[in-house]
Amino acid sequence: MRQLLLKRLLQLIAVSWGVGTLTFILMRSLPGDMAYRIAASRYGMDAVDNRAAELVRQELGLDQGALAAYWQWFTDLLSWNLGNSLVSGTPVSESLWHMLGHSLLLAGAGMLIALLIAIPLGLASAYWGGWLDRTLLTVSTAMRAVPVFVIGLLAVILFALEWNLLPVAGFGTPAHLVLPALTLALSLAAISNRVIHTEAQRVFGSSFYEFARLKGLSPWQAFQHHGIRNIAVPVVAFLGIQLITVIEGVVMIESLFSWPGIGHGLAHAIFARDIPVIQGAALMMGMMFVVLNTLVDIACHYLDPRGGRIA
Amino acid sequence: MLRLSFTQKSGLLILALLLAYALGAPLLQSGDATTQNLSQILTAPNADYWMGTDHFGRNMWLRLAEALQLSLMMAALCVLTSALIGVTAGVLAATRAPWFDRLMDGVVTMILALPGLVLVLIFAAIVPGSFWMLYVAISLIQWIEYFRISRAITQRLTQSPAVQSSQLMGFGEWYIFRRHYWPAIAPQLFTIAAFGAANAILMMASLGFVYVGIQPPLAELGLMIVEHFSYYSDAPWLLAQPLIALALVVLACQLMGRGKSL
Repeated sequence: MRQLLLKRLLQLIAVSWGVGTLTFILMRSLPGDMAYRIAASRYGMDAVDNRAAELVRQELGLDQGALAAYWQWFTDLLSWNLGNSLVSGTPVSESLWHMLGHSLLLAGAGMLIALLIAIPLGLASAYWGGWLDRTLLTVSTAMRAVPVFVIGLLAVILFALEWNLLPVAGFGTPAHLVLPALTLALSLAAISNRVIHTEAQRVFGSSFYEFARLKGLSPWQAFQHHGIRNIAVPVVAFLGIQLITVIEGVVMIESLFSWPGIGHGLAHAIFARDIPVIQGAALMMGMMFVVLNTLVDIACHYLDPRGGRIA
Repeated sequence: MLRLSFTQKSGLLILALLLAYALGAPLLQSGDATTQNLSQILTAPNADYWMGTDHFGRNMWLRLAEALQLSLMMAALCVLTSALIGVTAGVLAATRAPWFDRLMDGVVTMILALPGLVLVLIFAAIVPGSFWMLYVAISLIQWIEYFRISRAITQRLTQSPAVQSSQLMGFGEWYIFRRHYWPAIAPQLFTIAAFGAANAILMMASLGFVYVGIQPPLAELGLMIVEHFSYYSDAPWLLAQPLIALALVVLACQLMGRGKSL
């Protein structure tokens, strides 16, 4: 266990350094004059001239060399100072924390709804099979073929435009959370209900399960004592793989619904070339990814203390 | 010889039809995909415009074909490049010096630490709207899959009696690769390639959708979906076209990737 955590910690450090350096190199090689870009996004395209660009350059120290800038950025990172946003001037780490809260809320709600959808459906289709199984397979296949933003668009069209039940985009009230979370949940459930189905079928068909029934346990007792844990281990491990879907989904869904999370912030920052925000957001996402993976590992460890499954 | 299941055959059929449309559409209707005709915006499908026109009066029949061409080309390029790099690196990592293996392992861990879409977003930020930058970024993520599979298979085979006797008999490395490694790796590649193609298309559409991918006026499926969304109430068929096209391409690729087990 300790070894696992240590390994993850090392990975976290490697990721932070790697992502930071990568974004730094990429951003340095951006074509075009950075000062002009920033001035344009601050004052509007028409108000930019040489003087404004020069002012921006001096204010932000954009004329220093690449190595000096890298060193500066790196030492700042060690003290968790991610710099100020080039556009708004506010500290990046502050706005990132703000965004992170929203992203985690969305991801958490999405995963919860996904489990609520996928577990009953997966178990039921494994238990009864037949037309339920075939319908679910078709629906899941269709859902996987469309990208998550298409599911979101269709949800907007149905619930917000046609039936006027929920707000289209934005945030504030709980009603604003429903559509983004539902979209994320649907895209996750499309895959995980099949995984649960396969695992449940494996357990239900196994000899130890059959024996549990033979020795006189009721279906519910057998499921409770011999089913749940055996099904849960691979499913939770699969959750770890699905985290990529979660994070990518969060990026797309936030942009679609103008949800003020990290993905939305990242897309906006890329558009405005707000380099500290891009670096910060990419860094935060990399770290979020590692931390969530660690949580999945720990959960697997407690579900199946025999170990061995943990890579 | 590759034996395909019914699922795979239907995937292949859909893909062939889409490819035929993408390549053949410009032959059936003259004009081009960027000519605007502002007196005929948002027309429903009719005899002149088989799929109607968009908000600038551009011919949708041609635009959709162009968007499909772009997507399919991206998918093909990414699959070819990443397969080539991935298999080469995988076989080398398994057969060459251990330091090379460790180096590759480090590189892979580093790339996998970041969700693919975020990496592609960062790359797309460098040169917005560049097809080639997207290509580099997507290939950079996708070669890992090929690398892992071919490394695992090759590692298992290097210790096998067949490979060892080939080595003892003095056959060259290229011969051993062709005779022993490649036949074991090749059957696995088809599945990865099919899903990789689907992912490449999805990735490009996703970037178009958040406006950092291919830039207007080029036709791209994701971009078309955002552009047409504002006209949803006036022209729902306009929004439906890129949506259906995107879903069909991805579905076709995913069906092809299915083995007989599913």
